[in-house]
Amino acid sequence: MSRVEKVNKRSLFSTPYILWIIGFTVLPLLVIFQYALTDGNGKFTLTNVAATFDMIHMKAMVYSLGIALGCTVICILLSYPLVMALRCLNLKKQKSTLFIFILPMWMNFILRILAWQLILSNNGILNFVVTGLGFAPLKIANTGTALMIGVVYDYLPYMVLPIYNAISEIDEDIIEAARDLGAGSLTVFRKIILPMSVPGLLSGIVMVFVPTMTSFVISDILGGGKIQLIGNIIEQEFTKAANWNLGSGLSVSLMIFVLISMAFTTKNDTEGKGAAIW
Amino acid sequence: MVEKARRAVSGVYVGLIILFLYAPILVLMVLSFNDSRSRVVWGGFTTKWYQTLFSNEQIMEALMTTLVLAFVSALIATIIGVAAAIGMNAMQQRSYKLMMTFTNIPMLNADVVTGIALMLWMVNFIPLGFNSVLLAHITFNIPYVILSVMPKIRQMNLSIYEAARDLGANAIYAFVKVLLPQIMGGIIAGFFMAFTMSMDDFVITYFTKGAGVNTLSTMVYGEIRKGIKPEMYALSTIIFVIVFVILLVINCLPDKNKNIEERNF
Repeated sequence: MSRVEKVNKRSLFSTPYILWIIGFTVLPLLVIFQYALTDGNGKFTLTNVAATFDMIHMKAMVYSLGIALGCTVICILLSYPLVMALRCLNLKKQKSTLFIFILPMWMNFILRILAWQLILSNNGILNFVVTGLGFAPLKIANTGTALMIGVVYDYLPYMVLPIYNAISEIDEDIIEAARDLGAGSLTVFRKIILPMSVPGLLSGIVMVFVPTMTSFVISDILGGGKIQLIGNIIEQEFTKAANWNLGSGLSVSLMIFVLISMAFTTKNDTEGKGAAIW
Repeated sequence: MVEKARRAVSGVYVGLIILFLYAPILVLMVLSFNDSRSRVVWGGFTTKWYQTLFSNEQIMEALMTTLVLAFVSALIATIIGVAAAIGMNAMQQRSYKLMMTFTNIPMLNADVVTGIALMLWMVNFIPLGFNSVLLAHITFNIPYVILSVMPKIRQMNLSIYEAARDLGANAIYAFVKVLLPQIMGGIIAGFFMAFTMSMDDFVITYFTKGAGVNTLSTMVYGEIRKGIKPEMYALSTIIFVIVFVILLVINCLPDKNKNIEERNF
């Protein structure tokens, strides 16, 4: 048997997965497009997709975008010093330090967000501490600030882990060499660590930006029903308003927006992304 | 001196982040010992929620659903995903890239959109319930398996497999004895990744579950306005402690051999 034949035969192992992709990735997306492009009677229309530009939907879209960008930036700003600090502490067991960031994911996510609601509420734990220290109580319950704390809390590990993995793969000798040649800590960070962590940073951005942009549970709980992200609006079209066509139209717009804004990162190999989190 | 100061600053910063990540978990643990149904009133210390937890049928049922769902979906996703990765590795560059693009869709797409699309599609042929949630979970789990197995498969040494075949081993025997051990690490990581993702999922379950079926997440979500059953705090504390102990044991086991092995390759 020639080698080429053997290779082709082996690729048949992918068949179940190809069928699965058709059945549960491609067809569902076609169906959501079908709903998005028809009205209740099944006639073709563009109104559902065009509804994205309605004032109320546009406002939610822009607000979600702002929250997602803010959350991504804050996560990046928190992650780099954290990873550098972990390096500096030079903990022998690298793996166990990573578990610190994975472990919280095992407590139910909705319960953790509810706990934040308790911490941040006007007579909650945070204000108990703040007033105890002699400051005026903070009023952040049910505001954008509370929402921002919630999303940063929930998605920070997804930024820390890939950056940590990228930086821990840097050859220690390169850093030594730079130091021998007279580079200070700042130069080492700027010239070696930062550029070499870019693949990790990019997968971190995808893993933080997309879920933040499209979340609805965190805003539901920490926004006190006052904050409408685009995810909340879509969810309500399906559960409360029961206008599936409009909901699908908004979903399609959201999907296209997210895919376009993330297109630049997919050029980078996403392989090992799973391993990056675990 | 400077080194010492830097270590101190680093320690404080790491400590603050850990406080940030664990504060809500601490709150939930404290609530599990609170002798009051209200979340905001401290009614004294009690362990009664830990006792009533196991007789609360609703919670036990949701727990069973969550665990069975996570295990079965992770298992099926691992089987399909590993086979897919082996096949994809043998593909031409172009088909490989195409497959990778489709693998990335559920990971890049918003959960809301994935959940809604699956729901709109599946209502056409099966009633929404446990089975539809299972199909949905397998769908979003397969990419995690593929992405964690793929690097191992690319590294694996096919010559050894071919040597085994030349020496008379049949394909299955050679696969189990030669290839499988090389990619086992990736398979296990992929399985646990899938299991975790399934346990942690709320959004996709919420849209595909229909009435009557509840996982722990959807049950908690439904209770937000009515008030969370204190038994839930007890249950999540137990789950958290179990996972903590498991991770601790795994970490304390000597894995020095593994490090040496990795370096040699």
